[in-house]
Amino acid sequence: MSTIVYIPRDSSALSVGAEKVANAISQEAAKRGIAVTIVRNGSRGLYWLETMVEVSTDKGRVAYGPVKAADVSGLFKADFLNTEAASAKAHRLNLGLTEELAWLKQQQRLTFARVGITDPVSLEDYLAHDGYQGLKNALELSAADIVKTVTDSGLRGRGGAAFPTGIKWNTVLGCAADQKYIVCNADEGDSGTYSDRMIMENDPYVLIEGMTIAGIAVGATQGYIYLRSEYPHALVVLNEAIAKAEQAGYLGDNILGSSYGFNLEVRRAAGAYVCGEETSLLESLEGKRGLVRFKPPLPAIEGLFGKPTVVNNVISLATVPIILHKGAQYYADYGMGRSRGTLPIQLAGNIKQGGLVELAFGITLRELLYDYGGGSASGRPIKAVQVGGPLGAFLPESQFDTPLDYEAFSAIWAVLGHGGIVAFDDTVDMAKMARYAFEFCAIESCGKCTPCRIGSTRGVEVMDKIIAGTDRVKNIKLVRDLSDTMLNGSLCALGGMTPYPVLSAINHFPADFNIKDAAV
Amino acid sequence: MQDTFIDQASVQAGWTEKLDQLIAHYKSLPGALLPLLHAIQDELSYIPESAYPKIARALSLSVAEVHGVVSFYHHFKTHKPGRHVLQICRAESCQAMGSEGLEAHAKQCLSIDYHQTSQDQAITLEPVYCLGNCALSPAVMMDEEIFGRVSKADLEALIHDAKKAEAQV
Repeated sequence: MSTIVYIPRDSSALSVGAEKVANAISQEAAKRGIAVTIVRNGSRGLYWLETMVEVSTDKGRVAYGPVKAADVSGLFKADFLNTEAASAKAHRLNLGLTEELAWLKQQQRLTFARVGITDPVSLEDYLAHDGYQGLKNALELSAADIVKTVTDSGLRGRGGAAFPTGIKWNTVLGCAADQKYIVCNADEGDSGTYSDRMIMENDPYVLIEGMTIAGIAVGATQGYIYLRSEYPHALVVLNEAIAKAEQAGYLGDNILGSSYGFNLEVRRAAGAYVCGEETSLLESLEGKRGLVRFKPPLPAIEGLFGKPTVVNNVISLATVPIILHKGAQYYADYGMGRSRGTLPIQLAGNIKQGGLVELAFGITLRELLYDYGGGSASGRPIKAVQVGGPLGAFLPESQFDTPLDYEAFSAIWAVLGHGGIVAFDDTVDMAKMARYAFEFCAIESCGKCTPCRIGSTRGVEVMDKIIAGTDRVKNIKLVRDLSDTMLNGSLCALGGMTPYPVLSAINHFPADFNIKDAAV
Repeated sequence: MQDTFIDQASVQAGWTEKLDQLIAHYKSLPGALLPLLHAIQDELSYIPESAYPKIARALSLSVAEVHGVVSFYHHFKTHKPGRHVLQICRAESCQAMGSEGLEAHAKQCLSIDYHQTSQDQAITLEPVYCLGNCALSPAVMMDEEIFGRVSKADLEALIHDAKKAEAQV
């Protein structure tokens, strides 16, 4: 009998040698005449344990990690496939049953329910794990009822803006047009975020299903996934999954024999961060420079090619199937306040145990950083965390007890964004980080509005003076003044939110700017 | 360092026909310009300026508009890069794990700055702002292969392998 061995094909796992491990296991098994069936699954998101190899047993999967190719012959010597063997149990990389790992067991994985469990491109596997149950239910409902279900679930845009998804859909539903579009914003450019990538590489069908449901709900027959060019692995997986879904009748002109049609295409972005902003993204999809549009008109009314368009983030769309499968209330029962459901949180930067933690809103940063993250990777104290990407505020240790909740973050002049948390140890120089925030804005500005285009460059220059010690107090006042202009005068969040990391760095870490307190 | 612009595509045999094929394949697609530019870059590893007039005519654009789009996006290259492209992540998560040191080390090993190609034409060095490998920072990408928790020694080995692989061809 052939033993099933799971080895992730997720690009982060590949980045630490998963391919080599898979080859080594296959070769060593052949050499020893042992029958193994290797399944390339997704990653469970416990990245510090990658490459995590799992062996299928009748009690569940037993994990070993982090496995390097050089460990493989030792694993075979320890009879690792026979998980009951004393030598396998005693192996230093044996982690026990995957499902019993506390890090995983304590999570509330709704959007990520299948990630790491299934073979990403196997439609059979998707169907065997509750796949397409949401679509089946949606096909029984009226368009308005699908939209109502999404509205009632409390789902808010997971890209960062947190706008209620159902309300956006309702606007598109209410527009009369010969053509409407569903656009998935997969231009996940925020540093510290990778949950979109994980969904696309590790459970692509859930995104396809979510977009199909969105199409049926609002009357759109064409969907585009605008995928960043930095994600070549996701491109391959998505295209393979789309082809299989088409073949099986889950995409195309008559979905599952119904009168609904929905076609889907992946479009590659080209390395412009600003194209994560929805109107810039639409310009780019139309084949133009990614210049931000004025709003109104809202994309929901005049979006892609001037037609009503739903633009949603990957995670928002990938969460729709479980809401349609289990009901609005099931999802809304998770969370706190007006932040309903769960958030896939990504631990990144200088963190010992980085990875994907999906939990209901309400957990604190401190719990995430220390209980899940295990503190810094360097072993030094965590001095600051940046939440929500390069436009998110830096938070000092005194704010680590803030619960993850859109409104709680707003109250301390911070943002949750896309749920990425980047930790920095005490060697970080916050003045340099403030300079970098301006620099990044200057590199990525689309150039349409002056506060962002010119302000970012002036910001770098003034920060250089502050770092060099020239007229510090005067120049910090100048940065505050410039930030005020950018904050209130920019056309989109790129220029409008660059002041978040800059001012939070000054306000919380004045010593790094060589000033006594932030009140200058 | 290779700064001289040579439009090598114009001398590559069969390119004119290939370009016509690509244009014919993509031109009726809604929003065709980016997919077409990607296809050209996939083929040649850059987008030669000599292709702009044909692209412009086929898509009813001005040459200036095509130039505007090519130059807007960091991903599109107007010069032929080296045989390999090494991208080093400069974003915050990687900075928190010492990417600045990696950047300096790569520049030193290759004796070039960003957006330049090593003397032997083996490697073009580019910055990148997030590869989505932030749990395993610092990250780099060699062509389309991604590497995580990269040390200076790992980076040297990567550069060495890329140069060696070419030498054997």
